Amino acid sequence: MAKRRRIWFALAVLVLLTLVACSTKNSPAITDPKGNEAHTISGIWWLMCGMASAVYLIVGGFIVVAAFRGRRSEEGKPSRVRDSTFIVVGGLIVPSIILLVLGASVVYASNNLRQPEKDPLKIEVVGKRWWWDISYPDQNITTANEVHIPVGRPLEIGLDSDNVIHSFWVPQLGGKVDLIPGQHNIWRVKATKAGVYRGECAEYCGLQHAKMNFLVVAQPAAEFDQWVVRHQNPPSGPSDELTAAGQAIFMREPCAGCHTIRGTTANGTIGPDLTDIGSRRTLGANTVANTDANLAGWIVDSQSIKPGNLMPPIPMSSNDLHALLAYLRSLK
Amino acid sequence: MAVTHTPSEETHGKIDTEELEEIWADAPGVPGFFSTVDHKRIGMRYIYTAFFFFFTSGLMALVMRDQLAAPNNHVVGPELYNQLMTMHGTTMIFLFNTPVLAGFGNYILPLQLGTRDMAFPRLNAFSYWIFVLSGLFFYASFLLGKAPDGGWFGYTPMTAKAFSPGINLDFWGLAIVFVGISTTVGAVNFIVTAFKMRAPGMTINRVPIFVWSILSMAFMVLFAVPAVTLAAGLLELDRLFGTAFFNPAHGGNLLLYQHLFWFWGHPEVYILFVPATGMISMIIPVMSRRPLAGYLWIATALIAIAFISFGVWVHHMFATGMPVQAMSFFSAVSLIIVLPSGVQFFAWIATMWKGRVRFTTPMLFAIGFLLIFLLGGITGATLATMPFDWQVTDSYYIVAHFHYVLNGAVVFPIFGAIYFWYPKMSGRKLSEKWGHISFWLMFIGFNLAFFGMHLLGFLGMPRRISTYPSGLGWDNLNLISTIGAFIFAIGTGVTLVNWFHARWWGKPAGPNPWDADSLEWATTSPPPEFNFASIPVVASRHPLWDQRPLPTANPNGDEATKSLGPEGAEHHETPETTGLDARPEATLDLPHPTYLPFLLACGIAVFFVGLLIKAVLVGIIGVGALVVALTWWAWRTEVDLA
Repeated sequence: MAKRRRIWFALAVLVLLTLVACSTKNSPAITDPKGNEAHTISGIWWLMCGMASAVYLIVGGFIVVAAFRGRRSEEGKPSRVRDSTFIVVGGLIVPSIILLVLGASVVYASNNLRQPEKDPLKIEVVGKRWWWDISYPDQNITTANEVHIPVGRPLEIGLDSDNVIHSFWVPQLGGKVDLIPGQHNIWRVKATKAGVYRGECAEYCGLQHAKMNFLVVAQPAAEFDQWVVRHQNPPSGPSDELTAAGQAIFMREPCAGCHTIRGTTANGTIGPDLTDIGSRRTLGANTVANTDANLAGWIVDSQSIKPGNLMPPIPMSSNDLHALLAYLRSLK
Repeated sequence: MAVTHTPSEETHGKIDTEELEEIWADAPGVPGFFSTVDHKRIGMRYIYTAFFFFFTSGLMALVMRDQLAAPNNHVVGPELYNQLMTMHGTTMIFLFNTPVLAGFGNYILPLQLGTRDMAFPRLNAFSYWIFVLSGLFFYASFLLGKAPDGGWFGYTPMTAKAFSPGINLDFWGLAIVFVGISTTVGAVNFIVTAFKMRAPGMTINRVPIFVWSILSMAFMVLFAVPAVTLAAGLLELDRLFGTAFFNPAHGGNLLLYQHLFWFWGHPEVYILFVPATGMISMIIPVMSRRPLAGYLWIATALIAIAFISFGVWVHHMFATGMPVQAMSFFSAVSLIIVLPSGVQFFAWIATMWKGRVRFTTPMLFAIGFLLIFLLGGITGATLATMPFDWQVTDSYYIVAHFHYVLNGAVVFPIFGAIYFWYPKMSGRKLSEKWGHISFWLMFIGFNLAFFGMHLLGFLGMPRRISTYPSGLGWDNLNLISTIGAFIFAIGTGVTLVNWFHARWWGKPAGPNPWDADSLEWATTSPPPEFNFASIPVVASRHPLWDQRPLPTANPNGDEATKSLGPEGAEHHETPETTGLDARPEATLDLPHPTYLPFLLACGIAVFFVGLLIKAVLVGIIGVGALVVALTWWAWRTEVDLA
């Protein structure tokens, strides 16, 4: 029958789409959990997916059969089931049971999420337009757009904004929490596996909402501790002539007015802290990779990479640019 | 009242219809255009205007899909993308979905109830003029290159003066307040019409389900729209006059805006969806050739939805960091609201189950609706579970979900309704062949466009992004989605062409082409200005199936029944009946064409323009026109009654 062929066609499309979806390994997928919350939610999803598929197939089957069963009859085919029985059982009783089971299992599975735990690592995230200011108040470290975390240790991520509303989302770690001006939100979560995970702003926040992303680098505890120590002791000064020249350019040009580099006189707060810019993986809130070419391009004309961001074009000679790059590269 | 039997198709049989038409006719040309109060002309206008906005905003969606078809695309920049996204969402909700359903309600309700017009015909014209003027007001922003870009939900502080200093957002905020007048006035009109204007004998348990759905919608509008008016109104006070309702630095609260917005925003989903289910409840029984199963269950479900829909708004705010215990109440209610829809669903299946289904175009759209809404409803239930919502909220999973509900489960019934009722409205049939083609293009295109978006959400794609990098596994699904969107668009275009063709060359439809049961099919197609020369008498839930020939009422010589017969039509009157059992209790003078509604609407429009450009004088002129029109209106009403 034509209808049956259509159903098979629809199923084939569905399978195809699923294959397309599963064939990608680099997606920040919620079905590829690396944190306790994402694990729980992924479990809830697969439970719901099972129930939903069963409901869809059964009710969808009813629809198709209902549409076709009386087709060759004169007046429609009678049925032994009374209408009201059918409606009450199918529309009220069965869905009530399904919803009760669903509600109960979700409450049971998720009641330990976002609960305070002992000895958490505190991280402060402030949403900017359009990047992320990241600091570790107890470790006295500030960085941007790259959150380093130890695997297994409970995290308390404080979320604030001094401009518009943003939302902090690392799909592989867990769900979203909004950053709302005038309100301090805390997200409590744990990473379960080491790796680099994509994070995104999930609340529409204006012009460059699409390019307000970040990375979460989950490391084994020892490696994380090394990262902390290194960041608590940034290099005391330029190591050679070229980087010294670069530092002088940084201080001479408008750079220092907006950016902070700890251990120097640069203490601006409008743009991201650059104390560890040399070791960061990306630029412009995960917009481009942190390569020499991209860094140079960003300095000279960041507006062509991310229009509307607050950094003005800084034209400079290629020698100066060369020295500045060398200096920034040395900040690790 | 005395009852006589006249042939059902000639409720204005033996009397001089030409004379009646003269009494009821609008002035020809432009004066008639601006002064008409005929619910049918107004209803058609509502539908045409809304579809103008549908196709405009659909084109915007195509541009956005074009931009998202490939990673790092440059079809439009982020600035224009954000404007398109805002215009698309706002237009579809405020200027297409809501008014197109009001249009069908306007056209169909009085005919289905067996009366000669809405309860307040001038108010009806007024609400149309407000709708069209607020739409023009909103679209002026686009023509001036100052389109709003704060998203259709306009979350502050992004929409506050500090972050959106331009006039763009004022167009949006004021348009929301502006168009709310139209919706509210329309709702009052629907409620009074449904309760007081029914044909004799149409007791409350014989009212067609479409009327129940409009009634449910109208009550939701009355309680929900004030909240969004308040949200946008306070936002505009902040923007225009420097108040600080939503400024945390001065003791304001940002979440207050979200609460107000969603207190309207979630009932709004049902405001759009419920009348669409009402259309389905009219189409399915007619095309299954048997009465709707579970009439009482469906009517109860419609009322239940109207109540429960006010207890679910917080599920739009699960990620805002509110206390989990407080939110779990809303999670539970959001699960419970599945039940009334479940009841409706199984009532429709039961209706088809014992009937013989005719696969006409309206029925195809109805079945398409069932298959699409089933998925949209299920994904809706998954969103009620708080932890899962934390993950997928503001991701493409949401975009998929609400397009299944607001496009699939509202637009499909609307297209079904066009194929179903256009023969009544115009007297001409749309082509079934092209209707089938349109349906299949729309159905396949729709699922291609939106099913993959669920998966994109799982793959971590946030919504409202103007571009995305490659290598995240989003490329193919986005491309498929874009292809689907274009197929869907072609499908809607086929119906548009089909309409153009039928409008001038369609086959004559006759009064009742589908052999349907409700009263609108008793009169001619298109119906005369006065709808019914003699008001029919109803003794069944399915008058045209059970009462052959359809009896009509004659006056008894008393005040309450004097307008039932053709004399009533001659005197430009219609009966008013009791709320529950529809006994004639009074006679209403129906107003003649008048410019008042247009004048009043213009006054309000000028007032809003004054606010927009912050010109006190313009505002005063607007208020002046408004006061004059209102005074004149009140004074004229007294004259009419005397």
